[in-house]
Amino acid sequence: MSDKEPLFSAKNRKLLTNPLGSDNPITVQVLGICSALAVTAKLEPAIVLSISVMAVLALANVIVSLLRNTIPSRIRIIVQLVVVAALVILVDQILKAFAYDVSKQLSVFVGLIITNCIIMGRLEAFALGNRPWPAFLDGIGNAAGYGLILVVVAFFRELLGSGTLYGFHVIPQAVYDMGYENNGLMILPPMALVVVGIIIWVQRSKDKSLIESN
Amino acid sequence: MKALRKFLDKKKPLFEKGGKFAKLQSTFDAFDTFLFVPDHTSKTGTHIKDAIDLKRTMSVVVMALIPSLLFGMYNIGYQHFLSVGETAPLMDMFVYGLIKVLPIVVVSYVVGLGIEFAFAQMRGHAVNEGFLVSGMLIPLVMPVEAPLWMVAVSTAFAVVIGKEVFGGTGMNIWNPALIARAFFFFAYPSKMSGDAVWIAEKADTFSGATPLADAAALVDATPAQAESLMSGALSQTWDMFIGLIPGSIGETSTLAILIGAVILIATGIGSWRIMLSVFVGGYAMGAIFNLIGANPYMELIPAWQHLIMGGFAFGAVFMATDPVSATQTTRGKYIYGFLIGFLAVLIRVMNAGFPEAMMLAILFMNTFAPLIDHYVVQGNVKRRLKRVKVKA
Repeated sequence: MSDKEPLFSAKNRKLLTNPLGSDNPITVQVLGICSALAVTAKLEPAIVLSISVMAVLALANVIVSLLRNTIPSRIRIIVQLVVVAALVILVDQILKAFAYDVSKQLSVFVGLIITNCIIMGRLEAFALGNRPWPAFLDGIGNAAGYGLILVVVAFFRELLGSGTLYGFHVIPQAVYDMGYENNGLMILPPMALVVVGIIIWVQRSKDKSLIESN
Repeated sequence: MKALRKFLDKKKPLFEKGGKFAKLQSTFDAFDTFLFVPDHTSKTGTHIKDAIDLKRTMSVVVMALIPSLLFGMYNIGYQHFLSVGETAPLMDMFVYGLIKVLPIVVVSYVVGLGIEFAFAQMRGHAVNEGFLVSGMLIPLVMPVEAPLWMVAVSTAFAVVIGKEVFGGTGMNIWNPALIARAFFFFAYPSKMSGDAVWIAEKADTFSGATPLADAAALVDATPAQAESLMSGALSQTWDMFIGLIPGSIGETSTLAILIGAVILIATGIGSWRIMLSVFVGGYAMGAIFNLIGANPYMELIPAWQHLIMGGFAFGAVFMATDPVSATQTTRGKYIYGFLIGFLAVLIRVMNAGFPEAMMLAILFMNTFAPLIDHYVVQGNVKRRLKRVKVKA
């Protein structure tokens, strides 16, 4: 943290906001897709996983950033893995203690946070070369961008697939009586891919600078 | 006719650049070229001229589908009156089916064409006519009791995700009509499988099981059960061929489908190579199962019966031959067709969850069509290179 630079300078604010839109980890960097497909059938696990990823990513970024000058670059990946693994185990234990049902629903995906490409990606690309405070903001920002997509996808999948939102029935019984049925395909993983695809499609048709030329 | 042409010519400037309705240019163009052969001429270079354009091609396919559609309507009436135990004159059966089928056709066309027009307008393209065929195929592969809104949702999904995402007609990877059916099948399984949906307003006591469902039940059947199943709908080979069995609207009659196949082959629009190799592939897998005979399904259903049950013939003639999603090379067509038939029968017999596997087999091979083409072309390149080297 530099003495002159204010805590939320324009540059630091960008670290928080960019990943939400034009530099989104899922729709633009295309990282962390697997968990986005796996846990988004319902809102609750999606939100819990987003928060877990945020905690792990922000703390790991800070720790690695603090250690960045002492880590020999040859073994940096192992050091990063140790840091992330320790944090993931912490998160897993906390979930098991305080939110057992959700932790059972998420099953291996909490443990698999360690393999989430976003985390290693941000550690390598950002935390190793920046001070702890910007690294912390970067972690929060990227996890929020990741969580945003997860929640949007889960919103549509839960609403159309189960007729509920966060476990509450939102589609009235009268609509079912008229012949409406939940869309079974929405609960299956392929539909998560389609929904993510539609988000990417909409985002790129709004922001032409994101379209790759080949 | 002349008055219509004059009217269109008079209104044309309104839709051209700077005109009042310039935004609706592609809509106008679509109707104009649909009604009359367009008078566009090429402006540069030499072009091969052929009177048959995409709209004309599509019209032939729709014509080839008409026998299946008409027979489907008749069969729906026939099955309905059979299930409630009444006899009715032929015309009554047909009209009953017409009333049942027409709304599905209308919904499919209105939703699909609406989306096509909207996308063409937004992108400033000419409207593609690919949906003329898909819009007819979709109702033909639906069960007669399909709720209309589900047909609408499936059609919308097929057009947007199956086609427009890839850039519209000619760019799609999969057959859009099958995407609609697959979406329907996985999203609303209770309306696309089981005994209740294939016969309109079925009497509760009447078994509405399709021959395919009967055949799938053979897998775990005891010898006694197998015997009773085999003496039921499965023994009525002639009915299966003519199409007097429960099933999706257009798929039941192998005879009507064969008439369509003749039209497609005679006009050179459908590939006889694909159709033939699909049937050969299905027969081959069926024969292999006959040889193995590990369960009653494999043992008792003769290989040729697979070809007239369920949607096999319909898929082979109308779905697998879709020129966009099929392979393009001659040798590729044989491989592609053979594997479709082979896989369809394989999945039918081995996976009880999917008694009708034609849809899955075709979609699966659609995915691999470019790969097959790639290797066929590479193989050809290699062979010719070798020839050049030997001479040199």
